[in-house]
Formats: sequence, C-alpha cells, structure tokens
Amino acid sequence: MGMTMTQKILARGAGLEYVAPGQLIEAKLNLVLGNDITTPVAISEFDRAGFTTVFDREKISIVLDHYTPCKDIKAAQLCALAREFARRFSITHFYDVGDMGVEHALIPEKGLAAPGEIIIGADSHTCTYGALGAFSTGVGSTDMAAGMATGLLWFKVPAAIKVILTGNLRPYVSGKDVILHLIGRIGVDGALYRSLEFAGDGITQLTMDDRFTICNMAIEAGAKNGIFPVDEHTLEYLKGKVDRHWKAYSADDDAQYDSEVVIDLSTLCPTVSLPHLPSNTRTVDEVAGMEIQQVVIGSCTNGRLKDLREAAAVLRGRRVAENVRCIVIPATQKIYLDAMEEGLIADFIRAGCAVSTPTCGPCLGGHMGVLADNERAVATTNRNFVGRMGPVSSEIILASPAVAAASAVAGCLADPASLMGGAEA
Amino acid sequence: MKVYKYGDNVDTDVIIPARYLNAPDERSLASHWMEDLDPSFAAAVKPGDMIVAGSNFGCGSSREHAPIAIKACGVACVIAASFARIFYRNAINIGFPILECPEAVAGISAGDEVSVDFDSGAIVNVTTGKTFRAVPFPPFVGGIVKNGGLLNSLKSRGLAK
Repeated sequence: MGMTMTQKILARGAGLEYVAPGQLIEAKLNLVLGNDITTPVAISEFDRAGFTTVFDREKISIVLDHYTPCKDIKAAQLCALAREFARRFSITHFYDVGDMGVEHALIPEKGLAAPGEIIIGADSHTCTYGALGAFSTGVGSTDMAAGMATGLLWFKVPAAIKVILTGNLRPYVSGKDVILHLIGRIGVDGALYRSLEFAGDGITQLTMDDRFTICNMAIEAGAKNGIFPVDEHTLEYLKGKVDRHWKAYSADDDAQYDSEVVIDLSTLCPTVSLPHLPSNTRTVDEVAGMEIQQVVIGSCTNGRLKDLREAAAVLRGRRVAENVRCIVIPATQKIYLDAMEEGLIADFIRAGCAVSTPTCGPCLGGHMGVLADNERAVATTNRNFVGRMGPVSSEIILASPAVAAASAVAGCLADPASLMGGAEA
Repeated sequence: MKVYKYGDNVDTDVIIPARYLNAPDERSLASHWMEDLDPSFAAAVKPGDMIVAGSNFGCGSSREHAPIAIKACGVACVIAASFARIFYRNAINIGFPILECPEAVAGISAGDEVSVDFDSGAIVNVTTGKTFRAVPFPPFVGGIVKNGGLLNSLKSRGLAK
C-alpha cells in the first residue's frame, strides 16, 4: 500500500520499510529544539532523570526568543538556566540575544531544517518546517529532554488529509489567508492527530515564506504536522543554507488519505479570524470597520521578509491612525537587516510604527505590546484565544500583514484593497 | 471525587496563561490552573477530583506546564471527548492519566461522583450508575504512564541511567 510524505519520512526514521497510520514507532531525530520557556522544564527533567550526556550537541538547538530581551527577573533566571545548559554540553546551535530570532523563522534561515528530516521542538509551531518537506512537530519538555538524551522519540504515525491547492492567489491575498481559510473550513480540531499534506499545481506559485506561514498554523487545525512537496522554490531556498545530504520524499499515487480538501486559490479573499478561535473566520470585507487599538506585525507566523514587504507596501507614505499603536517585529536579525537595507524599516518608522528587535513578545502576551482591558488588536500572529495577549476581556483578530497594515492606517479593521484602491499588487 | 466539567477547545492559554510561565515550579503553576476560565478552580479543587471536558482539550501551546499544573493540583485524571495531540503526549510523558471517551463526557455532569479503572478503561458514574468504556492505551503508551512517565520508562529500558 502506498504511503504519504509523512509516512515515508517516519518509516525511514524508524528503520522500517512501511509504517501504517496509527502505528506506534520510535524514530531517530535530526534536530531537537527548545525555547526559553520550554527548555528550562526540559533541563530539570533531563537532570532529574540522571542524564549526563546529550546524543549529539550539533543536533540540538536552543533559542531564547519568547521573553527576550528578558522582560523581568523570573524570565532572566530561565534564560540563565538555558544558557548554563548550552555551555555545559557545548550546544552548537544556541542562539541568545543579539543573534537569536523567533525560532521558527531562525531554524530554516540557519539551514537547520532540510527535506526528509525528522525535527521535534518543544514549541507547538515547530510544524513550520514542513514547508521544506521535513516532518516536524511540536512536543513537550519531557519529549525534548528524552530527545536530547537519546536522539529518539516515540510517535504515532498520523493518518492524513490531502489539501489540494489550485489556481493563483489574487493581489493582497497571501499564505496567511490560505491557512486561515482552511482552518475556518475544517475547524480547530479538523486535522486532529493527522498530517496536512499539501498538493496540487497551485503550490508552484506559493513562495517559501507563504509555505512557512501555512505549515506554521497546521497546529491551529489540530494537525500533527503540515508538509509540502519539495520543488524548485525549496531547492532555491536551501541553496547556501544546507550543505549536508538530505532526501526529498514524495507521496505515492496510491497513498491513503482520510479526506481531501480542495482550495481554489484564485477564489480566496483576505481572511481574518475573529475572537476567540482561529476557526472563527470571515473575509475581511464582511467585518471591516471593527474598532481596534493595536496592530502587531511579526511572529513565527508572519515576521518574515515577504511579510514585512507586504506591510510596508501599505504603510509607505501613510500614517498609522491616531487611535492605534502599530508594533512591527522582524522575526530574525537577518530579516531585520534585510528590511533595513531595503528601506522597509524607514517606511515603518516614518509611518509611526514602533519597530522592535526580534522576540515572540506580544504574541503570547509576554511583553512588547500587552493589551489592556477591553482592547482589541489586529495581529499577524497565530492564536486569538481568550487572554492570549492580555486580560480575558481583550481580543485578538488574526490577519495577514497586508490586512494588519491597512487596519493600522485606517484605524479599524480594514481591507487593503479598498485602502490601496483596487488590484495593484 | 468531584467532577469539574468544561466545554470544547479548552486551550493551554486559559489552562495556564503565559504570564505565569516565567515561574515554572509546579506549586506556583497549580495555583493559577484554569484561572482565565474558572477562577474558583485552584482554591476549590481537592485531591482525587476529576476534569471532564469536550473535544480538543488542551489545544494550542505545547507548554507542558499545563499537565504539570493539573497533576500538581491533585486531579486524578482528565476525561475528554478528544485531546489536542501535544497535551495528550505531554500527559502521557509525565505519567498523568487521561481518557478519551465522548460517551462518558455526555453522561457525566459537574459534581457527579465518578470512578475509573485505568487498566480496563471502565468509567463508572457512581451518581447515575451508568458505566462507560474508554479505549485503553496501547501497551507501549500504557507502559509509559504506568512507569510514571517517559523518562522513567526509558530508565526501565536501560536507555537512561
């Protein structure tokens, strides 16, 4: 019987010819990742279990990104623990303030994810690297501890949903709109325990940044992972970043899927998720005009260069509305520098945005833009749960960078097409 | 053994808000468990109480702080119609019992007395007399829970000291 991309990668990792959905396996890991919130818990488990060595210091990455630059004393203590551990085991890919970025933008940029690899991260958005044809999934801190010590982890092989993308995206529509639309259609548990396997000729025109955004939010549909086939865009992205051997896996023609979802990209409009679930989607024209106090452009979902370009295209030569605070957070130092050299940072600052060093910050209500009671934000982040960015009375509307930027200018939730006047891309 | 009952899609941000993750000791986490959904829970919960919830329990962030906090509260188990997958494996990995059983969720109300046999997956609503059966863990996963978590299980296999 045929296998999906995910099945093939897990079979390779488990040293088996074939694995079936539902089968429990133990697979070899290519990378184990953690951040400043989850790594300290993993370290305490690692030490409590009596481990004294790591399986491979070059296959572990620790990125201090959530509360950094440290927001308070407690956060600083957590970072100190992670720093000490990284030093103790000479962890090669340890990223601290100054060279860190938001982990899921940083890991691909540093060449630490490649097609066919098995990557776990103690962060739910680790599913991002499926954009490169890797199997990557979020796990907990105990998994991270076990992974760091043994280089192995148990998995249940997921069944799959095939998402067939056709057609071309229209102006002001991006990867964020694709994934919000999908989550709106199948629900926040629509892909529970399953893999989202992307296919179809619509993929060829999706940039890598769009694919990262799409896979990043696979978890928001409950998926174990999202995965794209490897094509010319992937190869171009990997050039100069990854020089080790890797292998791409494609799905068999007779691979089994639980279900299929077809999305004609040419029919999609800018889409938003209203409070308090990512599946609570509307097209922006349906809900334009909702009052807002803050806009956040950044995060592991939408803090990449293409995202900043799309936001800057809207903000350039305009001003952020008086009643709105707009915070822009490039996801990595490289993205920040590239954006600066392209003039995007100047566009943001001239428009009245606050621009920050890379951090997850406001996405999880950590720092750098926490909301007050009854405030509402439009954010390019990934979750709009109750209390995610502030008190339980605050609200988050999830949107693309173009919609977020248009909303900052309009002073309320806004459609970039109406602000920019038609179909200019 | 009181049952606390919640709806669908209880996410890890309401289970343990990120503002408390900078102090990950289990007592501190337990004191804030469910604070944004049910502010009275942490003070009221007694050892042996159970959580019964709808579908996709524990969705969102991978924070293991969520099952760590509930275990530290003394809660005996969570019965849900379904679990988000990272919460599911985190609970197993720390040796905290969870049961997936939509029928039991439909047949148990807040405040009911419930008893559970983890080996067979039998869930008895003592208040109503009804019995439900959750699918027990596969042996490999059940072994992790019985050993008190993944790292203890690795020790018993000689993969950890």
